[in-house]
Amino acid sequence: MTLAAHVVVQRGALHLDVDLTVADGEVLAVLGPNGAGKSTLLRVLAGLLPPDGGRVALDGDTVWDDGRDHVPAHERSLGMVFQDHLLFPHLSVTENVAFGLRTRGVRRAPARAAAEEWLARVHLAGLGDRRPGELSGGQAQRAALARALVVDPRLLLLDEPLSALDARTRLTVRAELRRHLAEFAGSAVLVSHDPVDAMALADRVVVVEDGRVVQTGTPAEVARRPRTDYVARLVGLVLLPGTGAGTTVRLDGGGVVSVGGEATGPVFVAVRPASVSLYLERPAGSPRNVWPARLAAATPHGSVVRCDLAGEVPLTADVTATSFAELGLVPGAPVWASVKAADVTVYTR
Amino acid sequence: MKRLLTLAVLLVLSACGGTAADAGTGSSSAGTSSGGELTGTLTVFAAASLTDVFGDLGDQLEKQNPRLHVQFNFAGSSALATQLTQGAPADVFASANEKQMTVVTDAGLQAADPTVFTENVLEIAVPAGNPGKVTGLADFGDADLTLALCATDVPCGAAAQAVFADAGITAKPDTEEEDVKAALTKVQLGEVDAALVYATDVRAAGSGVEGISFPEAEQEVNDYPICVLAAAPNPDAAQAFLDLVTSDAGRRALTAAGFRTP
Amino acid sequence: MSRRGEGGVPVPLLVPALLGIAFLVLPLLGLVIRAPWSSIGPQLAQQEVGQALRLSLFSATVATVVSLLLGVPIAWVLARSRIRGRSVLRALVTVPLVLPPVVGGVALFLVIGRQGILGRPLYEHLGVSIPFTTTAVVIAETFVAMPFLVISVEGALRAADARFEDAAATLGADRWTTFRRVTLPLVAPGVAAGAVLCWARALGEFGATITFAGNFPGTTQTMPLAVYLALQRDPEAAIVLSLVLLAVSLGTLLLLRDRWLGRSAVV
Repeated sequence: MTLAAHVVVQRGALHLDVDLTVADGEVLAVLGPNGAGKSTLLRVLAGLLPPDGGRVALDGDTVWDDGRDHVPAHERSLGMVFQDHLLFPHLSVTENVAFGLRTRGVRRAPARAAAEEWLARVHLAGLGDRRPGELSGGQAQRAALARALVVDPRLLLLDEPLSALDARTRLTVRAELRRHLAEFAGSAVLVSHDPVDAMALADRVVVVEDGRVVQTGTPAEVARRPRTDYVARLVGLVLLPGTGAGTTVRLDGGGVVSVGGEATGPVFVAVRPASVSLYLERPAGSPRNVWPARLAAATPHGSVVRCDLAGEVPLTADVTATSFAELGLVPGAPVWASVKAADVTVYTR
Repeated sequence: MKRLLTLAVLLVLSACGGTAADAGTGSSSAGTSSGGELTGTLTVFAAASLTDVFGDLGDQLEKQNPRLHVQFNFAGSSALATQLTQGAPADVFASANEKQMTVVTDAGLQAADPTVFTENVLEIAVPAGNPGKVTGLADFGDADLTLALCATDVPCGAAAQAVFADAGITAKPDTEEEDVKAALTKVQLGEVDAALVYATDVRAAGSGVEGISFPEAEQEVNDYPICVLAAAPNPDAAQAFLDLVTSDAGRRALTAAGFRTP
Repeated sequence: MSRRGEGGVPVPLLVPALLGIAFLVLPLLGLVIRAPWSSIGPQLAQQEVGQALRLSLFSATVATVVSLLLGVPIAWVLARSRIRGRSVLRALVTVPLVLPPVVGGVALFLVIGRQGILGRPLYEHLGVSIPFTTTAVVIAETFVAMPFLVISVEGALRAADARFEDAAATLGADRWTTFRRVTLPLVAPGVAAGAVLCWARALGEFGATITFAGNFPGTTQTMPLAVYLALQRDPEAAIVLSLVLLAVSLGTLLLLRDRWLGRSAVV
């Protein structure tokens, strides 16, 4: 069971043109900033929105082919989980979960039984008689998951399933979702703008920006070797494009960086803010990567202070609150930034 | 409350039937100038059936007295009588029957005793071509025909009821209309085979309606009384209008419209 | 869903609200004060009163049912479909709101009267004549009252979150099933409010009814017609009849509200 899709949508400023395949049992995360066309893509995959072009095939059956074939959403074998659960407010939780079975002709009693069983699997046993309004956010989202999975769909679509939840609930629901996705036999597509969701839940990540796929790979690959500023920021790296020559890279924006490995031709240089050190005086001694800079902005970031630097090499440095206080830095202050060559990752563009 | 609104709207609508201005707006500065010419505003409350004739007579009076403005409130006689007893300012009241005039005189609103200035008789109105082949009053007992009468609450209905009683006919109407115009509309549209209305209404309805007179109508001749009102803001003009209505010219105009003059 | 925090109505709202209430209630008070209470018994005992009241309630109810069957689908088409010319359609549907009801009655004649475009073949071939029947009363009332229902329901549909319908589609529900199982229950309060509005309008309908259906006791004389005609002859009787109609309609609405609509309904 695989999903193979080429989706083209023109909607105002959005020009979406995305190719993707999801294998049987695989979870694909579509990661991208707001407005990148992620939800539009998902609606097309669901059959809720006719695309302007392309082809969508599920398990070899074409469900959309440039307008020639169009299987409407209700005739596709899919389950969908929405950001704000969209449980029907006038039905009980059990009736909600049983809904997909009832529309597919299952009789009331067996549909209810299957729904109850699924409610137990998502730890909502005993809450079936409640109305959705009487559930907490996490409970509602778990019920929505049960509603999508109860029909054993070939394709599971998750549209920002965790982003409406508070941080604590998010943690527990994410863990539970991870377990259910692991058991799920069909193809799953998860749309998110949160890299943690994507990293935690997906087997493979597709990054979509401005309607195009800009990067694809396993979560580990994407996290280690981001290819756009957006992804780099998400995974906490500073990305500097340049041209490699041996163990140095001449940055496109100016400046030279010594790197840990050999590199030739167009490359990306990735620097972790935590590996950047700041000094008031030019440090004496070994580090080859030392640049003068000015502090552009400083924002508390957990236990560290994230310092954005302006200078020949635009870096970001994470320093501990204590160091920050000791340095006595104020915006505009001149500093020296240094990073060890061994802490600089380089990979081809 | 909705019902009252509906009623109010209908009253306004029916008051707008002809060229009538609405009632009670004229603070008429009244009187005659030194040369005997009438000035100011004359307000006439008249039965709706008088719309055309009185409109013409009002124009005549205005032509003779360029500084006089004549405004009419044409409506059902009972509505007018109600308005007058509720204090609506008017100079002249012309009713389509004695009963509603009595309402006004019982309230002591008349300046002088009313005079009957014309009469109206019932006629059978049928659509052009007479598809129901109606010949006389007896056809109103035919249940197979679609027939309209006026409701017994309104004058033409009361007259019809009396005529049927005199003639010993049990009428079998399909609808009892709220007024003559409504009954005539249904004749004009061809939705009823016949309606019993006044001769003047048949005349006013034009070519779409044919009138059939019948002898029994003589039993129920309808008198039209007119009077000047005691509170008339413009009594001179009021008297002049009354004189015009009862003059030869007035009679001719009434006859032309299908009225009979006594 | 009770609302809390009474008290503290801002004066710029309170004053016009009180004026408005006075404006609406005082005429009613006038009716009550001027009603001939001593003769109200005999007035009510007249056979025509019961007849007219029964006919009014019956025809208004049937007109409401017909309006629901036809009007809810119209509202759905206006709110949800993507067909062209919806704004024109919406304007056409609401024409009876601005059309003087009497004109509406004449218009009905022109279409389904004995000489009407559709009515003529009906009469000539089948001998069916609609005017001056109770059916005509229902048709006239439906014509005038249905737009109220359509507008209410369309508003409710537009306010309802259409993504619930997406969710239903992903759960295998076709559009008809979605409408029955999801959309309609979601907008039920709006439909109920529209039905009540429609019923009230039908109950008070006068102009189109007296024109198209005529006035005959027992078959087409509804309460408003009886009131109007009584006004010609005996204003006191008209007041009594008005009060009866008011009492019955208010009573019905209050009863319905408690029994069926629940407290959350928008009535």
